[in-house]
Amino acid sequence: MISASKPIEGSSEPRVPLEQAAILITGAAGGIGRACVIACVKQGWHVFAAMRNKQEGQERLREALQSSGLNNVAQSADLLTLLEYDVSDSKQVKAAFAQIKKSPYELVGLVNNAGLMKDSLLGMTSLDDFDMQMLVNVRASFLHLQLASRLMTKNKQGSIVNVSSVIGLDGAPGQVAYSASKAALLGMTKSAAKELAPLNIRVNAVAPGFINTQLTHDYSAAKRASVINNIAVGREGQPEDVAATIMHLLSAQSAYITGQTIRIDGMMSI
Amino acid sequence: MSTIEQLNAAFVSALDIDEKQISDELAYNSIEEWDSTAHMILIAELEDQFDIMLDTDDIIDMSSVAKAKEILQKYDISF
Repeated sequence: MISASKPIEGSSEPRVPLEQAAILITGAAGGIGRACVIACVKQGWHVFAAMRNKQEGQERLREALQSSGLNNVAQSADLLTLLEYDVSDSKQVKAAFAQIKKSPYELVGLVNNAGLMKDSLLGMTSLDDFDMQMLVNVRASFLHLQLASRLMTKNKQGSIVNVSSVIGLDGAPGQVAYSASKAALLGMTKSAAKELAPLNIRVNAVAPGFINTQLTHDYSAAKRASVINNIAVGREGQPEDVAATIMHLLSAQSAYITGQTIRIDGMMSI
Repeated sequence: MSTIEQLNAAFVSALDIDEKQISDELAYNSIEEWDSTAHMILIAELEDQFDIMLDTDDIIDMSSVAKAKEILQKYDISF
């Protein structure tokens, strides 16, 4: 076992001025991703919004920004940089980090949000589908964690949030591969948190439950009602509910929290 | 600043050692100051000094000052 040592003195104080601080959000065109972009921009951070299809994602993001009263953001390079790449392609990921490194901003936060969910019963899950979910949900998150922590090491300041799922904690029928990938993220979170703590880089995870996003749009009314019936607060979550917790974990207000997984599920039973 | 001065500055800053301690023979884990955490700080310092992004394999292989020079030459940095 390789141990980490030498804690950084005065480690809870942000070292990067707000006007230079940037957050990278993967899966930025999705529901939770868009909510995170809006929340981070409002906070005053520069946002690197990573998406697979810039043309499609940009339009969705622009609409979300407009409906939040942030009409100017989509056009402002000072506030937002759109990055188009496939998170599962290591060369493209590395090129994106090179672009961030050459920018006038310092990376202080990463939201590992890009994910893939393919529901199928155990006996009907192809290895290709298993591999794809591991590639996007685990390998790509690992690579982002690795490269982001290198950039953050320079300033000895950083907060990384891995977006897992309650399915990774509790499991669910028809989601064996997906739950395995999301559970892997939790182990990654704990180990990285221990290793990076001496460098003042925190790593946490969130585990959203039933959230109103594109992933759940296809649910029938009956299925939706059945799921909500098992949520103590009696409603589905909104992307903003998830973004609010992620914002807390990115901010200095959570300076003493690392290696944790926070459920955002309205006390959901699976 | 010459490239060797940049290299030395990175080692001094990352490992918090005196410049006199830097030689080609200085190796990872050979002194208390060059542990695994300091190694990652060193990588960040080198990337910053030379405005490069190192491959993970090169980070793993960077086991001494001499090896660092050899690896950095792959990134068009000569000493």
